[in-house]
Amino acid sequence: MWVVLLTDFFLYLLLAGVALYVGFVLRTPHLRHAWRSVMTRRGGAVSVVALGFFAAIAILDSVHFHPRLEQPGAQVEYSNEILSVFDVLVEPLRTQVERTYSAPFAYHAHSKETRETPQGRIRVYPRLEYAGAHLADPEQERGWDITVRVLRGALLGAGVWALLLLGVRLTRRLRGARPRAEGEAAIPWRSVAVTVLLILMLIGIVTQLAGAYHVFGTDKVGEDVLYQTLKSIRTGVLIGTLTTLIMLPFAIALGITAGYYRGWVDDIIQYIYITLNSIPGVLLIAAAILSLHVYLNAHADEYASLAERADLRLLFLCMILGLTSWTGLCRLLRGESLKLREHEYIQAAVAFGVSGPRILMRHILPNVMHIVLITVVLDFSGLVLAEAVLSYVDIGVDPSMNSWGNMINSARLEMSREPPVWWSLTASFVFMFALVLFANLLSDAVRDAFDPRVKR
Amino acid sequence: MIAYIIRRVLYAIPILIGVNLLTFMLFFVVNSPEEVARLHLGDKYTTQGQVEAWKQEHGYDKPLLYNPEAAGLDGLTDTIFYTKSVRLFVFDFGNSDSGRNIGHDIRQRMWPSLAIAVPSLILGLLLNTTLALMLAFFRASYLDVGGVVLCVILMSVSSLFYIIGGQYLVGKLLQLVPISGYDTGFEAVKFLILPVIISVIYGIGSGTRWYRTLFLEEISKDYVRTARAKGLSEQWVLFRHVLRNALIPILTGVVVILPLLFMGSLITESFFGIPGLGSYTIDAIQRQDFSIVRAMVFLGTVLYILGLLLTDISYTLADPRIRLR
Repeated sequence: MWVVLLTDFFLYLLLAGVALYVGFVLRTPHLRHAWRSVMTRRGGAVSVVALGFFAAIAILDSVHFHPRLEQPGAQVEYSNEILSVFDVLVEPLRTQVERTYSAPFAYHAHSKETRETPQGRIRVYPRLEYAGAHLADPEQERGWDITVRVLRGALLGAGVWALLLLGVRLTRRLRGARPRAEGEAAIPWRSVAVTVLLILMLIGIVTQLAGAYHVFGTDKVGEDVLYQTLKSIRTGVLIGTLTTLIMLPFAIALGITAGYYRGWVDDIIQYIYITLNSIPGVLLIAAAILSLHVYLNAHADEYASLAERADLRLLFLCMILGLTSWTGLCRLLRGESLKLREHEYIQAAVAFGVSGPRILMRHILPNVMHIVLITVVLDFSGLVLAEAVLSYVDIGVDPSMNSWGNMINSARLEMSREPPVWWSLTASFVFMFALVLFANLLSDAVRDAFDPRVKR
Repeated sequence: MIAYIIRRVLYAIPILIGVNLLTFMLFFVVNSPEEVARLHLGDKYTTQGQVEAWKQEHGYDKPLLYNPEAAGLDGLTDTIFYTKSVRLFVFDFGNSDSGRNIGHDIRQRMWPSLAIAVPSLILGLLLNTTLALMLAFFRASYLDVGGVVLCVILMSVSSLFYIIGGQYLVGKLLQLVPISGYDTGFEAVKFLILPVIISVIYGIGSGTRWYRTLFLEEISKDYVRTARAKGLSEQWVLFRHVLRNALIPILTGVVVILPLLFMGSLITESFFGIPGLGSYTIDAIQRQDFSIVRAMVFLGTVLYILGLLLTDISYTLADPRIRLR
């Protein structure tokens, strides 16, 4: 039985918006040119591919349903639990839960346990229930087993890649390559292909290993850390995108209205954003989240499940982050509209008797869109990083939700154990770093391509 | 100039009123004091009497905006809005929900915050300017490209990793400095070294990259070409002409955050156990102490507006072409 959580709904909305935008870009020559110049940069092309991979996981993880319960009778019943399509794809990661901490690729637990034997009590490392369970003599066989699996996975990935490449080549041959226009730079296809190859090989290796080992170990309650960090991708991507999606309408509408109409409209809008901007961001978020706590505490029974409650909190967090971050964009748009309204074509439109709202929609809005786009891409990485900090302060996402912030938060205590439990921290670090790095690279490329002030 | 400052100060008043109303709405209208009391006391086995007692103890038992029972002007002053929000304007923060005087706590805790924030700011500024100047000197070389890539990589790492990693490496493995804590007087230095270094390293990525753009912008201007045409050496041009002019946006950018240094850094202070205002705020958030959060929101706003004013003034000092009217 399918379920659409609130954040899922907004993500679908966002996808529809992106699809519309892509269609619009393809029909508009100057936008197509600008995006092409994003793709001609190696950093831009590579990060588009890599971010696509992250986005795919986030989208798969956003299609939720109640699983059907296996029952002998004819009556169909659904579990209360909410799963996503992604959960089904990585079934073993989710279900192979150990008892407690274990290191990456370990076949025994992280700490010793006391066992009763005929010789008396001894302290041993207990074998794990799932990881390395297929090995008879793990100490001898493990190294070889891992090597074989890595090679097999890499070959599998390379094979899929070769097929894909062949397919692309064939279709291009059949359709005939479009001759490149004069002065048009080439898209670095080789870098794109290498990125795809690396990603596919990584997927291959991980799928080969994940069924038999815990690649990033397990956490305190024995859950696979790789699974947690993969699930965290959705949280990170949602915070980075939904926040902007929610704030965009306000920022755009208020910004260009203030800039175009000036006068008292401008005064009021300026007052609103200066007031909001004056409050230090973290404190405003804290204040809002605290009052949400009180609200949820008072209306605890209205939410069907923990997942829905966590989801509501995520959405609310996005709204609050949006409330604190729209002021910057609004100020930029106001400034740009102030400049644009003095241009001749706007004055011509006014002279022809075009109404104010129409001028805003037809003439001002399309000419400030590059600022909007640059801000959206620029904000993404900052928001992903902010989520971690906020979760640490307890004003981030729900503690029951998988997120890098929550992982780091718990890793803080794990690092002070002896020997330290380092894998949770490492896993969240690697994934978060990759996402933010690619987002930063993309935002550089987008800014270079769209910002008229950047000299090319 | 004086008239301008006075006007700006007057303009701050409606903004502060707005902030005040906003926090009042968030804490008292969206949630009634009753619900706040229940959150603090725990929901399950609380009697109405306990809730009333808690409200009375913390001054939440008054009406929100207008008290019809009190006579005359007291009808407006004997309310939650007056005692909790209006009193903030004279920096009377009242007592926290755990009964301590907030104003006293703030005065005591701002010194440790400053002890971290000021050295971090100065060291970071020096280091970032030096690095950015170096990249600008070797512009368009492999050193420059590599440096920019390194900056982007440094920027992509969460601040939490710098702190946790630094604490683990320096504090636990190398055992050079204590991991966390604080001491009075000169002894505090050994607790401050690590947080200061980590804040500086955290700022390198974005700082250096930004300053480098400022330098490059300045280098492409006409007067630099003139200076070169006169036959001045590249070092001379860079240090005597470019550096001086690029310092204007750099320093004015710093001025806006100067007053906010008092507020301390939330994350750093709480990780290193330093009793500054940052960890004070975090503790308050985690204990859900609304009085402290409200006081800090107000204080932060005042300091931010002060920062903006100082920025405007520093522009006129740094660049005589700008006149404030």
